[in-house]
Amino acid sequence: MSEDAPMDIDYVANLARIELSDEEKTTYQRQLGDVLKYFEKLQELEVDGVEPTAHAFPRHNVWDQDESKQGFSASEALKNAPQSRQDQVVVPKVIEE
Amino acid sequence: MSQDSPIFKTATELSADLTAGKISSVELTQAMIERVEKVDEKVHAFLHLDQEDALAQAKASDERRSKGECLSPLDGIPVGLKDVISVKDQPLTAASKILENYRSPYDATVTVKLKQAGAVIAGRLNLDEFAMGSSTENSAYGPTRNPWDLERVPGGSSGGSSAAVAAREVPLSLGSDTGGSIRQPASLCGVVGMKPTYGMVSRYGLAAFASSLDQIGPFSTTVEDAALLLETISGHDPLDSTSFPKEIPSYSGELKKPAQPGVIGLPKEFFGPGMDDEVRARVEQTIEHYRSLGYQTKEVSLPSTDLSIPVYYVIATAEASSNLARYDGIRYTSRSNRAQNAIDVYAKSRGEGFGSEVKRRCLLGAYGLSSGYYDAYYLRAQKARTLIRQDFERVFKEVDAVLTPTAPTPAFKFGEKSEDPISMYLSDIFTISTNLAGLPGISVPCGFTRSGLPVGMQLIGQAFEESSLLNIAHAYDRDHLHGRQAPNL
Repeated sequence: MSEDAPMDIDYVANLARIELSDEEKTTYQRQLGDVLKYFEKLQELEVDGVEPTAHAFPRHNVWDQDESKQGFSASEALKNAPQSRQDQVVVPKVIEE
Repeated sequence: MSQDSPIFKTATELSADLTAGKISSVELTQAMIERVEKVDEKVHAFLHLDQEDALAQAKASDERRSKGECLSPLDGIPVGLKDVISVKDQPLTAASKILENYRSPYDATVTVKLKQAGAVIAGRLNLDEFAMGSSTENSAYGPTRNPWDLERVPGGSSGGSSAAVAAREVPLSLGSDTGGSIRQPASLCGVVGMKPTYGMVSRYGLAAFASSLDQIGPFSTTVEDAALLLETISGHDPLDSTSFPKEIPSYSGELKKPAQPGVIGLPKEFFGPGMDDEVRARVEQTIEHYRSLGYQTKEVSLPSTDLSIPVYYVIATAEASSNLARYDGIRYTSRSNRAQNAIDVYAKSRGEGFGSEVKRRCLLGAYGLSSGYYDAYYLRAQKARTLIRQDFERVFKEVDAVLTPTAPTPAFKFGEKSEDPISMYLSDIFTISTNLAGLPGISVPCGFTRSGLPVGMQLIGQAFEESSLLNIAHAYDRDHLHGRQAPNL
């Protein structure tokens, strides 16, 4: 699989929202190619009719009591924000002028 | 330092000394701080130690005790935490640059439980960044060194937690285990480390790596101490929807009851080639000891074992790529000052803030979940996970526990595997399937190599049968107490 379709490192880096240097791209392209080759074992496996396991001991319909609880104040919630003003996180403009 | 010093005692012994008034928590905590000052320059297990805060907790413990209000056997005993477990107002870096300036706004549930028990929460311990790694070389703040040989790794990812206990800087610590991150470093540092059944210990306040696999668990020098710490942190938590509503017995109390020797399974797939000869010899001696105690041993088969590494790395990286999306430079991580627009904030902050293994795993996870590859990787891995789980279900119809080596080799040297991800991933080959199946596993020291490096054996138990697993582990440990041997530092 990895041979016919090598990982498109720019595409994946964009999906993961991680900026990579050219040097990193070359290294990861090679290393992840090796890892994917190692994963080929999985492609040979017979899994028809096998149910997938997402959790070892799944629990369903876990509800909490519907009651109000004390949360963080704005100043507590913003303590770790890299930039904040007037009780809000500051971010670059997302709407074009 | 004299072997009578409190730092060489187990938590159980310290608890008795505190009760008898032979030592105060302030004296004990002071001795611990002095030990850290003496040896941590070499070991580098600690990322942060707030001495004033630790001594204030110790003083409060002594005051409680003098009024007859002792909270638990752990009251006044220092416990170190892996730097992924939240303690209100303390730093939590996950050994990453991206969380360099972060302070936890709340306590993890295990932290609340430790505080309710009166334990002295002492210090933040090093790890592989975001718990991704098997050597603690991936810490953005420099590696931890193995106290038995400073040229070698302590294992990982909870290498700071294992090394701190091995170096006698703290009697107890907590780590987290996603694919072996408690058991493998315990083995490499010659201490006890246990991963409980998935759902036994709340993950609330643990910086997530792979949510369907992560569990918090104890490090100690004896199985008896592991039982004591485990019973303190276990139990259902409404704040973690995957935590299981189970009654928690007194594990340490259960150890005092005589246990009937049972049947131990030896999976043939775990004793094949690729294992270090001295590891094999120590583990075989351990098996002999169990036989001499009246345990039956039985060869069993876990045929899907060779799938465990690919299955694990597909599932764990997929979950990690989702979990780590929260470190986006917006709300609580450092932000790149090169960012011009919103996408830049994400990509540049993450590019600057994450180390290479974290980037590698986020990329791999994003790939495995991406359109066109989801069925071939993620879904297929989840199906293979079912096969791994079913292997254990079959085996546990015949045996009470499964015994394996914890790691294929003793501690390896720095740099030996760091450039080759697959060879590093293979150091978790014996521990990973336990996480995929959700089962409890414990690593117990079972001797040393000729060159003096510790070797560990792993016992895997049935789901939610921690008591039985601890009893079997204790049967060996109380006769040997290899974990009580301290390295020369």
